[in-house]
Amino acid sequence: MDFWINILEQGLLFGIMVLGVYITYKILDFPDLSVDGSFPLGAAVTAAALIKGIHPIFAIFLSCIAGMMAGAVTGYLHVKIKITNLLSGILVMIGLYSINLRIMQKANVPLFNQKTIFSIGIQPIWIILLFALFIKILLDIFLKTKFGFLLKATGDNPQLVTSLGIDIGFTKIVGLMLSNGLVALSGSLAAQYQGFSDIGMGTGIVVMGLASIIFGEAVLRKVSFILPTTMALVGSMLYKMSMAFALKLRFPTTDLKLITAVIVALALALNEKKIGASIKKIFIVGGECPVTNTKSIKNIS
Amino acid sequence: MSVLLQIQNLSKTFHKDTVNEKIVFEKFSLQVEKGDFITIIGSNGAGKSTLLNMISGSIPMDMGNILLREKDISKEAEYKRTKMIGRVFQDPTMGTSPSMTIFENLSMAAHKGKKFNLTMGISKKDISQFIDLVGQLSLGLEEQMNTKVGLLSGGQRQALALLMSTISNPDVLLLDEHTAALDPRTSERIIELTQKIVEEKKITTLMVTHNLHQAISIGNRLIMMHKGNIILDIKGQQKNELTIEKLLNCFETVQKDDVFSDRLLFS
Repeated sequence: MDFWINILEQGLLFGIMVLGVYITYKILDFPDLSVDGSFPLGAAVTAAALIKGIHPIFAIFLSCIAGMMAGAVTGYLHVKIKITNLLSGILVMIGLYSINLRIMQKANVPLFNQKTIFSIGIQPIWIILLFALFIKILLDIFLKTKFGFLLKATGDNPQLVTSLGIDIGFTKIVGLMLSNGLVALSGSLAAQYQGFSDIGMGTGIVVMGLASIIFGEAVLRKVSFILPTTMALVGSMLYKMSMAFALKLRFPTTDLKLITAVIVALALALNEKKIGASIKKIFIVGGECPVTNTKSIKNIS
Repeated sequence: MSVLLQIQNLSKTFHKDTVNEKIVFEKFSLQVEKGDFITIIGSNGAGKSTLLNMISGSIPMDMGNILLREKDISKEAEYKRTKMIGRVFQDPTMGTSPSMTIFENLSMAAHKGKKFNLTMGISKKDISQFIDLVGQLSLGLEEQMNTKVGLLSGGQRQALALLMSTISNPDVLLLDEHTAALDPRTSERIIELTQKIVEEKKITTLMVTHNLHQAISIGNRLIMMHKGNIILDIKGQQKNELTIEKLLNCFETVQKDDVFSDRLLFS
């Protein structure tokens, strides 16, 4: 039972980060690598704040603001200085490594003795569920507002947004801020949940986010009327589940990142329809079947 | 009639100071009066699309001024100019957002020029209004308002793009061969719609076309461009009497070079 609750907890906790990655990767069509830095940034700010005795809720708020600032820098580099989207993300990610170390002052800060949002006596799953659902619903509503529409159109057809008399750079920066704010918030919760903040906890966050989004889409895309944010959250839980099973199979924890990378690469290589076809090819042996509509033949026999 | 759009001494050279230097415009001037519907024809490379791109600001110009309502907009960013300018492109995918529904697309277009804030994108009172608007296209789109635009045909998308670019009553409408990518029947339909909308809303329009028949039958002024110059400018009564033959003769007397592209001749 604990095994499953752990998966749920971690899935939802990282799910908030996945929602952030969803904004950039899916909505804005902007592969933002700065999240690898803003996730530990959230954790670092939280650690520093908790040690100073700041209230954990306020620490989450501060982390979120810090993440948004990081997103704004990525956006500024891309929009105003015209650095490519990948490189602006990498620059911010690298820069944040040093900043995170400065904030934490050492590579690992234990928080076991600090008061966190999880030390109020309620089961962690309920707290995490509350946060994840609240943010998911908020994001769903946001995407239905006028500005939310603009954000979607920015990734979809930038020319249209320009035609509407809106500066596309502005919508991009706001989108990046939102995304990184959510990622930092997730990092803050992760630090409080684990009971420590570590400089290395951001490595592979982007890939984890992408893996979760792809997972969720692959499994739930046939379900009608499902919101993409739901897919992202479910994908995150599926991802954490597969990782937990990998551990059960006695893979060493250090192999998990490799497993993630392989899964994402495979999923991207065999996108949707091709997966079905290529699996079929393995099992079904025989010549080509040029006639696909066999309805009339069935009627005769 | 007052002058709405003024283009003064416009110059543009692509790849300046290189081997590929191409002078597109040199001291080009054009005056567009309020309510004009101008059709622009000319061979490939005459500068028709470049002209529209420079008016809307997607290509910067080297020299000259563009005045809209007596305000110099030549230094303004594209997104600022587009507040007053509507545009439909040749490519039907350019004017709509494919992963969003018809409702969502229309809602964005209807809010052009207003604040895009955090209020709900589609309000209840919008819904019936949008359905009426789309119904006027008589393409059956009013029954697919929640369909993603990416699933519509090119003609349907272009009709929607036309509707979206005119819904906010822009000062100027720029149509850049907006029927060229469509089949003849759909193209005809879109032209009918264009005429209807422009007439109803009295929008000043510049339409680039390769279809001589369209160029003659539509609008109150016809401009023929060649190598960055206006070589023919026919208005009013004179335009009503214009035929394709006359146009071709006219062209030959003005320009002896063999400049008609095949595309123009076959249309």
